[in-house]
Amino acid sequence: MKDSMTYKDYIRYKKLFIMFIGLVVVLTAFWAISSGSAELSLKEVISTLFGYGSKQSSVIVFNHRLPRIITAIVAGMGLATIGCVMQSLLKNPLASASTLGIAQGAAFGASFAIIVLDAGVQNQTLDGITISNPYVVSVCAFVSAILSTIIVLGLSYFKKVSPESMVLSGVALSTMFAGATTLLQYFAADVKVAAVVFWTFGDLGRTGWKEIIIMAVTVAASLLYFSFQRWNFNALENGDEAAKGLGVNITRIRLLGMLICSLTASIIVSFVGIINFIGLIAPHLIRRIIGNDYRYLLPASALMGALLLVVSDTVARLIVAPVILPIGAITSFLGAPLFLYLVFKGVGRR
Amino acid sequence: MIHVKELVFSYNRDRAILRDINFYAPKGQCTAILGNNGAGKSTLIKCLNRILEPQQGIVYVNGKNTLQLKRNDVAKCLAYVAQHNVGGRFTVFDTILLGRKPYIKFEPTQMDIRIVESVIARMKLEDFALRYIDELSGGELQKVMLARALAQQPQVLLLDEPTSNLDLNNQYEVLRIIQDIARTEQISVILVIHDLNLALRYCDKFMLLKNNRIFCYGGIEVMTPKNISEIYEIPVTVQEVNGVKVVIPFPDNH
Repeated sequence: MKDSMTYKDYIRYKKLFIMFIGLVVVLTAFWAISSGSAELSLKEVISTLFGYGSKQSSVIVFNHRLPRIITAIVAGMGLATIGCVMQSLLKNPLASASTLGIAQGAAFGASFAIIVLDAGVQNQTLDGITISNPYVVSVCAFVSAILSTIIVLGLSYFKKVSPESMVLSGVALSTMFAGATTLLQYFAADVKVAAVVFWTFGDLGRTGWKEIIIMAVTVAASLLYFSFQRWNFNALENGDEAAKGLGVNITRIRLLGMLICSLTASIIVSFVGIINFIGLIAPHLIRRIIGNDYRYLLPASALMGALLLVVSDTVARLIVAPVILPIGAITSFLGAPLFLYLVFKGVGRR
Repeated sequence: MIHVKELVFSYNRDRAILRDINFYAPKGQCTAILGNNGAGKSTLIKCLNRILEPQQGIVYVNGKNTLQLKRNDVAKCLAYVAQHNVGGRFTVFDTILLGRKPYIKFEPTQMDIRIVESVIARMKLEDFALRYIDELSGGELQKVMLARALAQQPQVLLLDEPTSNLDLNNQYEVLRIIQDIARTEQISVILVIHDLNLALRYCDKFMLLKNNRIFCYGGIEVMTPKNISEIYEIPVTVQEVNGVKVVIPFPDNH
């Protein structure tokens, strides 16, 4: 049949597109490893990765750049996947990890650790400022972010887990945590406020291999879980009633999905700080290019998130090297114009 | 066929939206649910496939009580087309493929694809197959949604006002298709409809709802001026024009 042939071609185009972005991510990662305040050639990078590099290049690649770039890839994939799923579950194009108060919750937790628990005595190093007790900060950020989610999901349960109730209680919780953070900062010493502000900038250089493994396992597990839910997400695009008619258990999908999103987001945010916009822009970019079919949208968004974060991080490292600009600021700064372009370009189309 | 017994539904305990709903809708026929706004028409069809969960009652489809089945299994027995169709940026083919969702584990099988292709051919949608559904007209979109429902291979098709957003020509075309589906696929079609003349022309059975109960149910013989006046609270006359029964209301005599 003629149409099935063209449908096959159409599917093949989408699969090719995913492979293409995957390839671009890998190439960009190599470029990112080779660029920085100490230039390495691509040949040096490759020989170092295979264990034939000089001692100096090994230190640069394995201790500094590789963990950083893998963090960017993993966090970017995670944030984009979460954004993509939350936009479906909450039926809200603005949904992302910040929507349920996760970012503000984490910021409060980190502030609490730094100011109240004294985890924030800071030292000046060449790389910038480091926080003296990163584990306490991460754990507090995680606990606080998860707490915010549990409150939001718990509240929404009384309203039949409706997306509106989730978004609205998320906004309320965000404001509350932001207020609490401000109060903490108001009574804190200058140095500690500086440490808090520094934490909220987001930093991909904080993670060691142990943290990367925790993040990677979480992101992989949630990506796998959501891949198995792709037909449910597709059905949800047709509206709640139609989805129920197609056999989707909406309450369960929504509650469980949001819980997994929050868990993943909380882990990412507590390790790398607040990184805006990746979760918002990556899925929207991909939606414009290959449509809303979650079979392709999910993996493609994840790869796009990785690509955007690696590029942003490399820009942040190169632009005024050797100073590394805060990644959260760069993603917002580069992301907003791109986002506006998408929105206004799309006005006539839909 | 679908057999409903003692169905009760309410949003809160004080006020039942539906009470004492008992009926039997045979296969191969179209059953129209008629009544005023707020009579519970849409609620009734949503209770049948558990979009809304009834508090009491049994809904048998081919001998199985669907209220006790898993959601995916319900979707294999009953397909539903909502009154307002929203669709994201999906192609017609992918939208109809979504009808196979209750059957698909991870990837659609060759059989799923073949079923979608045959439904597309049956509904004469070949020319649209790779168009995005947000670019279609109202009539085309309604046909795509019917096709998605057919891809579910249901025994019962539930339609909530399938003609409400369509022009005159499309209203007749879509209902002709629905009637044809019921006859040839031997599906039991239950539809909520406001236009009595369309119902009279294309439906076989008529269920008149009033005050959250079935006021009367049966073949065309129940569509008397008296019954219709009673449920819509407006005087009407039923006449025959070229062998077709039509309802003419007289609001001024009220």
